[in-house]
Amino acid sequence: MTTIAAHPTDHHDHAHDDHKPSFFARWFMSTNHKDIGTLYLIFAIFAGVIGGLISGLMRLELAEPGIQYLTSWASMMKGSGASLDEAYHMWNVLITAHGLIMVFFMVMPAIIGGFGNWFVPLMIGAPDMAFPRMNNISFWLTAVAFIMLLGSTFVPGGTGLGAGTGWTVYAPLSTSGSVGPAVDMAIFSLHLAGAASILGAVNFITTIFNMRAPGMTLHKMPLFVWSVLVTAFLLLLSLPVLAAAITMLLVDRNFGGAFFDAAGGGDPVLYQHLFWFFGHPEVYIMILPGFGIISQIVATFSRKPVFGYLGMAYAMVAIGVVGFVVWAHHMYTTGMSVEVKMYFTAATMVIAVPTGIKIFSWIATMWGGSLSFKTPMVWALGFIFMFTVGGVTGVVLANGGVDDNLHDTYYVVAHFHYVLSLGAVFALFAGFYYWFGKMSGRMLNEFLGHLHFWVFFVGVNMLFFPMHFLGQQGMPRRYPDYPDAFAHWNEIASYGYAVLGVGVLIFFVNVFWSLAAGRKAEGNYWGEGATTLEWTLSSPPPFHQFETLPVIK
Amino acid sequence: MNILKKLVLVLGLASMPALVAAQAPNPAPAPAAAEAKAVAAPVATAPTVAPVAEKAATDAAKPAAATDGSLPGYTPMKPTPGVGMPVDRGVDFQDQYSANGHYAKWINNVVLLPLITVIALLVLALLLWVVVRFRRAANPNPSKTTHNTVIEIVWTLIPVLILLGVAYPSLDLVAKQFKPAPKEAVTVKVTGYQWYWGYAYPDHGGFEVVSNMLKEKDEVKPGERFRTDNDGPKLLAADNRLVVPAGVPLRLQITAADVIHSFAVPAFWFKLDAVPGRLNEKALTIEKPGVYFGQCSELCGARHAYMPIVVDALPPEQFAAWVKAKGGAMPGEKAADAAAAPAAPAANDNANAAAPAAATK
Repeated sequence: MTTIAAHPTDHHDHAHDDHKPSFFARWFMSTNHKDIGTLYLIFAIFAGVIGGLISGLMRLELAEPGIQYLTSWASMMKGSGASLDEAYHMWNVLITAHGLIMVFFMVMPAIIGGFGNWFVPLMIGAPDMAFPRMNNISFWLTAVAFIMLLGSTFVPGGTGLGAGTGWTVYAPLSTSGSVGPAVDMAIFSLHLAGAASILGAVNFITTIFNMRAPGMTLHKMPLFVWSVLVTAFLLLLSLPVLAAAITMLLVDRNFGGAFFDAAGGGDPVLYQHLFWFFGHPEVYIMILPGFGIISQIVATFSRKPVFGYLGMAYAMVAIGVVGFVVWAHHMYTTGMSVEVKMYFTAATMVIAVPTGIKIFSWIATMWGGSLSFKTPMVWALGFIFMFTVGGVTGVVLANGGVDDNLHDTYYVVAHFHYVLSLGAVFALFAGFYYWFGKMSGRMLNEFLGHLHFWVFFVGVNMLFFPMHFLGQQGMPRRYPDYPDAFAHWNEIASYGYAVLGVGVLIFFVNVFWSLAAGRKAEGNYWGEGATTLEWTLSSPPPFHQFETLPVIK
Repeated sequence: MNILKKLVLVLGLASMPALVAAQAPNPAPAPAAAEAKAVAAPVATAPTVAPVAEKAATDAAKPAAATDGSLPGYTPMKPTPGVGMPVDRGVDFQDQYSANGHYAKWINNVVLLPLITVIALLVLALLLWVVVRFRRAANPNPSKTTHNTVIEIVWTLIPVLILLGVAYPSLDLVAKQFKPAPKEAVTVKVTGYQWYWGYAYPDHGGFEVVSNMLKEKDEVKPGERFRTDNDGPKLLAADNRLVVPAGVPLRLQITAADVIHSFAVPAFWFKLDAVPGRLNEKALTIEKPGVYFGQCSELCGARHAYMPIVVDALPPEQFAAWVKAKGGAMPGEKAADAAAAPAAPAANDNANAAAPAAATK
């Protein structure tokens, strides 16, 4: 990657015009990309805590065989004694909420809304996003969507309160199988979150194509910007399909439609095709910006430019393109024809190639470098290894014939948590430790950062690795109870959650302590390895930056 | 970068021959497969009587035969611990009892698992190496290398070759799994309901068996049937099992009445969704008599975790006795008393028939 040197004068002359609006106008009517990014990050952390606590409830119930807590939780929600069926429904509500919250209200807002908003304009030398007001409405639509989703858990959804359809909202469980307004509310929530993301995607594409600083060609853009660009296209092309699918659900539910009702000439499997045409690109939407973050961090702390820049950029493009033609590998057991199953097996395996290019290029970036192991780098190293583990189990699952046994078991749960909970989330923490000083003006504590990493690393591996065993032994996912033979690994997994929880507590201690008493951050606190444009600015950057555009040589 | 794109294309194209080698799709026969004529008729009534009667005698000690799901001439087989069910602290796949199951488990345990382990360890080793060798103390001056075309081509091509190596057995497995059941296969129509299974036998008079999970002793009203160890592990046992002949090709037709369910038995490497309005079909031959457990594998509402699948694979003669006890008839039974049992499958069945006694006790 070309080293980027900013115009030497651009960071001297801002202080005098750094007028910030009043508190309400600044945070509730914000049009500033950095403030909106901050809002997104705070929102995502808040949602992540809720989604994480829900998984805590799940691990508590699963810690030993039998139903220990669900009935009392369901009674608490209902306000009176809940039946066993209502307790089981409560379980489905928990898994649904955990999935939707972590995907739509934690990872996406943090990685695209948060880091994308904060650093895409800074990295391309733009004063702000192309459409600041649209940026604002993207955020508030997401916030309203989240309230809508949380609200759905208090209204009837069939057997009990809340939507118990799984995050995939498969018909006909989500249509004729779930009477009551809860599923409608969850669907509206997805509509709003989807609309917000489409607006955000339009904004990013426009910004990246039109507002790069003079001299910054596409092939000189930092890889994080490349990753957000590819992600924005995935959002733009996949979310309308989701919107169509869930609108059809609404029609089936409320207006006598039969899109997914076989009795009316519809097809339940059609819903799955539409959902996964969105859903598979969605998983790359969650991980690609993480790839970008990891590339920036690895280069910075190796004091060396990214190895194979073009290969890295176009590997992401290739992943994005191939990601659109592999969706039915989520549907191997629905009863597809042999040719279709073979095609999806072969196409899915292809994805391993560009992903491998990325893994090897990160290692090659470090090869010959001069590595320092600050907290972000440690998280990035953890990401590379853990993402590899999650990636290779993906190669196993890609095989349609092998997947017949693993589909909908804990093996799949282990796989996607390795790429998301140990992939995307590691990238989020890496990015947070990398840029926190830039965003807040205060440095996070290195010792607590390392401690957070190690505790979290042990915790997530204890939590998710045994799930491979459970899956191979045949434990189906989305079960509140299990035969005694599965007890051992479930117990270990639940202990793992507790360790992970301690890690997250350390993180919050670090954040609050550093905000209050952390060392003041310099403009470029990582030193010579950090070459992108955000490091030419003060920490935090001025309210409006790059009023004189930097020139890239 | 064109190189990369071409490589991606090449991999796609290279998988084509394998695709071509695949079978034609399996046209799902109409449910009227019940019509299958003069089927293998593994009746051979005389030899069967003995073991069954013997079993009945041992069971006679029980006060009320009906409470354990037995019928005249049929007693549910006692599950063998560790067979057809998860085992405590197990890490591997369950032992397999179908040809495709053996093949698939072999592909995972001999091809995929070693491969992914080596890849993960290679990445880990490389990471540890760079962390030690290129730490700032050991290498204060970073190199400026940013490209190496040869190595970039190598780490693109080698994964492609590895994947081609994996694709061959993998697609072969898919082709085998899609091999349609032979004409004389025993058809069972499986229907998923919220929250139980129905097993219909269109070849045997069309009766349907309804299969509900057996609750624990402290969960039922006095006098109701509850789970015992003879029924199987907790949450896996069902009152009425899917009774099928072992060693004989089966044609499982799977559908659902309300929402989507999924019929899954890990010991057969078998999972096929039960989708309302759609009749999915897959062939299965169970190698050995025994009891095999599975669980619904598609979220279907509140009691998703409480509709287990229990397959009771009997020697064909005992299966025929069970059919009779259910009031059904073996295909062609009335007309074909004279018809000597057509050779091959029946012979195999008799060979297997020796095993069950060992399996049950």
